[in-house]
Amino acid sequence: MNTVALTNDTMPLPTAKDVSAASSKDQPLDIQTIVEELKQASQPVGVPFLDDPKFYTRDVDVFYNQAKQAIFGVDLDIGKNEVIAMIGPSGCGKSTFLRCLNRMNDTIDGCKVTGQLLLDGEDIYGKDQDPVLLRARVGMVFQKPNPFPKSIYDNVAYGPRIHGLTTNRSELDDIVEDSLKKAGLFNEVKDRLQSPGTGLSGGQQQRLCIARAIAVSPEVILMDEPTSALDPIATATIEELIDELRQSFTICIVTHSMQQAARISQRTAYFHLGYLVEVNKTNTVFTNPQHRLTENYITGRFG
Amino acid sequence: MNTSIILLLLLVLAAFSYFFGRKRALAVSNGNRGVNKLHSLPGYYGNLVVVWCLLPSLIALMLWSFFSPTFISQNVISSLPAEIQNADPTKVNLFMNRVESMAKAGAIDPTTDPAQQEAARRYMELQANSNLIKAVLVFAIAGLGMFWAFRKIAPNYRARNQVEKVIVGIMIFCASIAIVTTLGIILSVLFESLRFFQTIPLTEFLFGTHWSPQTAIRTDQVGGSGSFGAIPLFAGTLLISVIALAIAVPVGLMSAIYLSEYASKRVRAWVKPGLEILAGIPTVVYGFFAALTVAPFIRTIGESIGLTVASESALAAGLVMGVMIIPFMSSLSDDVINAVPQAMRDGSYGMGATRSETIKQVILPAALPGIVGAFLLAASRAIGETMIVVMAAGLSANLTANPLEAVTTVTVQIVTLLTGDQEFDSPKTLAAFALGLTLFVLTLILNIFALRIVRKYREQYE
Ligand SMILES: Nc1ncnc2c1ncn2[C@@H]1O[C@H](COP(=O)(O)OP(=O)(O)OP(=O)(O)O)[C@@H](O)[C@H]1O
Ligand SMILES: [Mg+2]
Repeated sequence: MNTVALTNDTMPLPTAKDVSAASSKDQPLDIQTIVEELKQASQPVGVPFLDDPKFYTRDVDVFYNQAKQAIFGVDLDIGKNEVIAMIGPSGCGKSTFLRCLNRMNDTIDGCKVTGQLLLDGEDIYGKDQDPVLLRARVGMVFQKPNPFPKSIYDNVAYGPRIHGLTTNRSELDDIVEDSLKKAGLFNEVKDRLQSPGTGLSGGQQQRLCIARAIAVSPEVILMDEPTSALDPIATATIEELIDELRQSFTICIVTHSMQQAARISQRTAYFHLGYLVEVNKTNTVFTNPQHRLTENYITGRFG
Repeated sequence: MNTSIILLLLLVLAAFSYFFGRKRALAVSNGNRGVNKLHSLPGYYGNLVVVWCLLPSLIALMLWSFFSPTFISQNVISSLPAEIQNADPTKVNLFMNRVESMAKAGAIDPTTDPAQQEAARRYMELQANSNLIKAVLVFAIAGLGMFWAFRKIAPNYRARNQVEKVIVGIMIFCASIAIVTTLGIILSVLFESLRFFQTIPLTEFLFGTHWSPQTAIRTDQVGGSGSFGAIPLFAGTLLISVIALAIAVPVGLMSAIYLSEYASKRVRAWVKPGLEILAGIPTVVYGFFAALTVAPFIRTIGESIGLTVASESALAAGLVMGVMIIPFMSSLSDDVINAVPQAMRDGSYGMGATRSETIKQVILPAALPGIVGAFLLAASRAIGETMIVVMAAGLSANLTANPLEAVTTVTVQIVTLLTGDQEFDSPKTLAAFALGLTLFVLTLILNIFALRIVRKYREQYE
């Protein structure tokens, strides 16, 4: 499998059948064999590594407690100004990995992360890394919209205020307006900035959360299934938004919708049982997956 | 047959009702169950028969037991010789009391007045008749009810709906008992207070600044008419409550925040029950702790820095009361803080907020309605607390804002007014009701106020 991982676009791509020649595709997949196989692979299939990446992660293990390991030796680079989609069956560790990138796992009792994670060459889990500052650089949007019980204005102004980004009110007003505009929400709420953020519709709330995240001008935005609670129209708005945000941010998005991953991302990473199985250009992953597990997942055989 | 035997037999009958009702239900559906054969589960038919057997008969039993004594004594009185009947009503009452006690004891004292003996005999006879009729009536009704319900059992008869209606009815009955009791208490306090206000004008009570409720018992006694200005009492209550809340609110809130946001699981598992033990200590224990330990301590400290401290002081009572209500504040606040969704915290941490920023700006505002509720509960505890104050703050109704002096509170005065010998219609006794009423009105206002605050925030945040 090592050799497979080194293939590049010019070489003829081996098909899934070649990768696991031993077991036929129709044979029911036995979890034991899969885990064995995944354990042996020293790095993901496809193109996991980039030059000059935004995030550089090697050999990342995550433990929730002694008994429960959620992530096994993940190696992945995430490029600047790219949208990377993370897909995989439920419980395969997508959220866990995402939360490593801004140390949100620190808030969980007993969660331990090992391995090397760098942001612009700086150690994310290093001793002199301040998670508070890190999270200002790496913002996060959650699955369920979670606006604070404050006005729309105060929701967006929350980050700039706690990080002291502005000293005067008009500057803050500008940031709030600008963020709301970027999140495509400004026109809908401009007359009621002082009304509670919790009074918005689900899709508006999620855009408010995005506005809140971009108000501190982070470098990266992590999104964990940001549209799973939304209807197709709100989803479309947010997808457009992500496409625009790509100009200025790096975006990592976890999604259960393969169509969504195909629409908005440049690269796609496929996780399985805590292992990173395959990473490649989105187009390649969906049209020509190289790993049997990826193929099974995207063709809907399981997951 | 006495009532407890009747009740016992009714229960046996009910057990039979259930059994036969259920059996009958199965029989009419030819042993087939399932909703298209038999509308309800067979047990419901059993229960329905039980309900019909018990409910009417119990009501009859209750009514009969309630009214029969009156009828019997009326009957006995009307059979008395005319000169006794026409005597002064208190005498008749006294006479009848003796008759009844003889009849109840079942032994007629031959040394008493023959008329009384005669009446007692009559009373016993009537009582026996009444008991017999009662038993027959109750069992007849129970039997009829059973039969009636038994007859109604049919495959498409909706027993379940009927039984559920009865259950709802029973619940409503229980709920109304609580309401009626409350209403009764309020009304009785209200009427007694009105009597008080007939002698002492309302304005004097509410705005007078002098409280000394000792009225002369005999007219020739010195000691005057007593004065009933309640301001010093309310001031004392306020002073002590403010001291107590000044202790309990910060300490309780801080420990709640520590427990829910900072403490590890293990610390929490020890500290939280520990705090709650404080709530389980009887207030008398707090009271003597305040009187015997804290008050002298405060006195020593005060005197060492040249202050005059009364041996019983508002400060001692307030401090100890504050400690007593810490668990109310901390436990309730801890619950509401824990109820703030984790998503709020994640959102805030995800923005790069620190823990304390998250607490101050997100968690506390979100938990505010609950915290206000906790505060008000603590406040009403403080206002209503009696024991600690009796023991540690003294009885003298001083109008003062100095926490080092002895003060007294509304509740303490109610206790002192009603303990010991008293006349039930002297203003001194009635004053207790007036105080109670005022206290009730005040806490009611406090609660309404609290409810409005809570509702306002809830609308805003949900
Ligand atoms: N707080 C936690 N404590 C212990 N185990 C956890 C915790 N959170 C997640 N896990 C476990 O870690 C594994 C990965 O979970 P994770 O939430 O990352 O999955 P996911 O890929 O995001 O799934 P989904 O698509 O359903 O969101 C799962 O087996 C899960 O049970
Ligand atoms: Mg997840």
